Amino acid sequence: MVQPPSPRELVVVGGGMVARRLVDALRSRDTAGEWAVTLLCEEPRAPYDRVALTSYFTGRDPDDLALGGQEIWDDPLVTLRRGVAATAIDREARTIATSDGRTLPYDSLVLATGSYAAVPPVPGRDLRGAFVYRTIDDVAALRAYVENLRDEVGRPLRGAVVGGGLLGLEAAGALTALQVETTVVEFASRLMPLQVDDGGGEALRRLIEALGVKVRTSTATSKIVGLLGRVSKMEFADGPGLDVDVVVFAVGVRPRDELAREAGLEVGERGGVVVDDSCATADPAVWAVGEVACIGGRTLGLVAPGYTMAEIVADRLLGGEGTFPGADLSTKLKLLGVDVASFGDAFAAEAGGLEVVISDPVAGVYKKLVMSDDARTLRGGILVGDASAYAALRPMVGRELGGDPAAYLLPEGAAPAAAGDLPDDAAVCSCNNVTAGAIRCSVTDAGCTDLAGVKACTRAGTSCGSCLPLVKRLVTTELERSGVEVSNALCEHFELSRAQLFDVVRVQGLTTFSEIIGRHGNGRGCDICKPVIGSILASLGTGHILEGERATLQDTNDHVMANLQKDGSYSVVPRIPGGEITPERLIVIGEVAKDFGLYTKITGGQRIDLFGARIEQLPKIWKRLVDAGFESGHAYGKSLRTVKSCVGSTWCRYGVQDSVGLAIALELRYRGLRSPHKIKLGVSGCARECAEARGKDVGVIATDNGWNLYVGGNGGFTPRHAELLAEDLDTEMLVRTIDRFLMYYVRTADRLQRTAVWVEDHEGGLDAIRDVVLEDSLGIGADLDEAMAGHVEGYEDEWAAALNDPEKLRRFGSFVNAPDQPDDSLAYVNERGQARPATESERAGGSLLIAGTTLEVRR
Amino acid sequence: MTTETSLSPLALEPSWLPVCTVEDLPRERGACALVHGSQVALFRTFDDTVYAVQQLDPYSGAHVMSRGIVGTRGGTPTVASPMYKQVFDLRTGQCLDPVGKDPRHLLAYAVHVADDVVSVGPPVEPGQALLPDAVERGTG
Ligand SMILES: Cc1cc2nc3c(=O)[nH]c(=O)nc-3n(C[C@H](O)[C@H](O)[C@H](O)COP(=O)(O)OP(=O)(O)OC[C@H]3O[C@@H](n4cnc5c(N)ncnc54)[C@H](O)[C@@H]3O)c2cc1C
Ligand code: SF4
Ligand code: FES
Repeated sequence: MVQPPSPRELVVVGGGMVARRLVDALRSRDTAGEWAVTLLCEEPRAPYDRVALTSYFTGRDPDDLALGGQEIWDDPLVTLRRGVAATAIDREARTIATSDGRTLPYDSLVLATGSYAAVPPVPGRDLRGAFVYRTIDDVAALRAYVENLRDEVGRPLRGAVVGGGLLGLEAAGALTALQVETTVVEFASRLMPLQVDDGGGEALRRLIEALGVKVRTSTATSKIVGLLGRVSKMEFADGPGLDVDVVVFAVGVRPRDELAREAGLEVGERGGVVVDDSCATADPAVWAVGEVACIGGRTLGLVAPGYTMAEIVADRLLGGEGTFPGADLSTKLKLLGVDVASFGDAFAAEAGGLEVVISDPVAGVYKKLVMSDDARTLRGGILVGDASAYAALRPMVGRELGGDPAAYLLPEGAAPAAAGDLPDDAAVCSCNNVTAGAIRCSVTDAGCTDLAGVKACTRAGTSCGSCLPLVKRLVTTELERSGVEVSNALCEHFELSRAQLFDVVRVQGLTTFSEIIGRHGNGRGCDICKPVIGSILASLGTGHILEGERATLQDTNDHVMANLQKDGSYSVVPRIPGGEITPERLIVIGEVAKDFGLYTKITGGQRIDLFGARIEQLPKIWKRLVDAGFESGHAYGKSLRTVKSCVGSTWCRYGVQDSVGLAIALELRYRGLRSPHKIKLGVSGCARECAEARGKDVGVIATDNGWNLYVGGNGGFTPRHAELLAEDLDTEMLVRTIDRFLMYYVRTADRLQRTAVWVEDHEGGLDAIRDVVLEDSLGIGADLDEAMAGHVEGYEDEWAAALNDPEKLRRFGSFVNAPDQPDDSLAYVNERGQARPATESERAGGSLLIAGTTLEVRR
Repeated sequence: MTTETSLSPLALEPSWLPVCTVEDLPRERGACALVHGSQVALFRTFDDTVYAVQQLDPYSGAHVMSRGIVGTRGGTPTVASPMYKQVFDLRTGQCLDPVGKDPRHLLAYAVHVADDVVSVGPPVEPGQALLPDAVERGTG
């Protein structure tokens, strides 16, 4: 690769999502390093996921909104300047002036300054308590205002959102999440006037009102009245006024084209930097992309066309010929939990269209397809309440649907799978402009073998995610077609996947490995399938894990009910439910550790791990622990580990519910539940989330009205925050929902698949899982409940049971011909007052060694 | 199995050590024996054949092989290291799946079972494996 002596300078003004895409696209194509990029970001942070802004209210951390691939900022050819705005362009000198007083030269300049949130000229718009909704700072300020004011006035707050479009409903969702009683005020006669028709707007209104948000359409705000400089009331052109504590303006956006105007570049009639279909302005060195660009005579307020523009400019900067193909304004959104999608010619603007409408006010569903006059070709559509058909339908716009169009509008699950025969040029992922052909190609030519690979390679499905079910289906079909066997086989001994095996074992009532492998497998198993079957049998409550032949299935941790450490010794973890422990029990643990010479450490799951136990010591250690009332903590099993909790309302000044009490109840309920992977839970006593519950497979966060339930989080190699499954559940409903979620996971996940990946891979994702556990869409609710009840009833402490059975204790001898002789290969040194395994060189040196832990055991 | 009969003459040599009965070994699991000061992992497979390999796991340096899961690969009896899951042929100690590392093999020991008593003999030269078919061809 030849690196030109000095790369040319590209300055990108504006640190939004489109600017970020431009940097990504350029850096991935510009392998020769022709361009050095400087990104000027007025906001004090790197570009983030604005589309997901509202999720700031379910999390708390701005980092939740980070876009993938942050390592781009380490690229030596990329300079990110946070908190620095461009203040003027000198086109003649080809320089940019910045707010920190510098002047940057450019060879090419890209304007990606996005939009302002528009504020209508109503009197009172500057009062404290009036907000817009565009940036992280906006939402942080809104949140702080609401929380402080509520503390101050000590009553529930009322709020209003001006604007009932996409942004307005997003903002209403945010206010609702802040427990503000919300009214949406819309000037037009229906909600989302740009995306849906009257029928859709009506369905949307009903769904949203059912969530407790009030809606006023055909209403013009005339004035905001202040009290002590603070918002207190809204007045309207007609109708009664409204008492409010907070107002959010979400009436639309205005392009931030001021730099271009001042530099003498042409702007559109309604604003926006005028560009041609290559995104170039009249000045060949200046480009504009994203919301600030006026392309084909208008600005476009969605991220997908912005991404397309970014790709075009990246291509052009490297000598390519890309042009803007026209915008696809299709959208699928989830607003306040309500699905809304609109695609193609949604309003039947083209002459001679036929409309097929299904409207079910009871179920809260409105669906419309716009067809050509012969009812064959799909032109567009609107889906409100259930948008599951969106992914399959949108790529079919302009194509023959085949069959009765109404069939596509049947309820979720009944829709035909259209993926197989989708033409190559059909756009499957509109956010990232990926066609069916490109996805197929990534499988056949680029050698991707799974969904994750295809996502990384094509970017399909990496933005809004609405296309994922379709992408997944395409990938599977293509893999099958190209002869790559999409094998679910567990290993060479079983053709079945874990989930299939679970069903077979459950339905046929099999209880031994020999039976299972005899009927459904071959050979004598291996370290892959044996633990899986051991776990399935345990999940189905077939008795002790070390009973008879089942003992041969367990890996060493389960086999000796302790955790193997690097030197061949084990660690021991007694259960401390919810992390609550009496001083007496703490002393017992301390004494056991002292008597057996064990290293002690507090774990991340709020309990105590005792390290350095030799295999023949384990029963003796556990005898002491069980006698003192402890039981197995299952730290060794693929099973429930801990339920972490904060101290909650019993002690904490802020707590609103008893998090410790709930955590203990949950831990005692699910203890011993064997699962495809380890499961961790967390419970926080209020929204401050001190228990870090959202880092757990199941996280529970107390609210004033009950509990919010989050699922699919984990720490580890790829940390994930859990996502909201349900809000404000009472304790009984919470427990039932967790029961079902866990049991459903136990039954259907792959081997070693944690909940996060299981949720992601599940057909229909979290929404579908929510339907299963809350709406019982598969009709298995009662079955799951019964299975969990069986687990709770059948629980016994594995260690107590083993101590009572000489047959089970046989495996704890150190040597068959010398069962009590310690393994002399174990060697320890003293560090900070405790034993730790000696390193290779310490062993060689010899002097520092403490012999294995052979201390006399006090009886 | 043929291993027993063809090796039985060796049982007279002084290095052979009786360690336990077959019943002392759980079927399809391992156990460790001390043989002249060395740790040897014994395994009793589904068909009651007994195999012996070194207890030292060459990848982790810990003495743990007897605690691995016993199984089969193709028709080969195997054990997987409980530490980092490398898979070894129980008959020869040969590493069948190094899990992305360089292959390292285990020393296999001769085993003799008579009257239900399991005796462990000298390590088998690599390449002179205790493969039943190799024994039949007279190379054992
Ligand atoms: C709550 C919300 C929900 C949305 N939901 C969706 C959705 O579901 N689907 C969808 O397609 N779209 C959605 N959008 C719209 C989408 O976010 C925008 O279309 C997209 O972010 C536009 O990207 P951009 O990079 O062009 O502009 P912006 O994201 O506006 O970024 C421009 C950036 O440039 C900075 N800037 C401006 N002037 C300067 C200067 N002089 N110097 C330096 N920096 C400057 C700004 O501070 C800003 O950070 C949503 C928007 C919001 C607010
Ligand atoms: S999460 Fe809330 S209740 Fe729990 S410790 Fe933190 S502030 Fe207190
Ligand atoms: S359509 Fe949004 S990520 Fe594919």
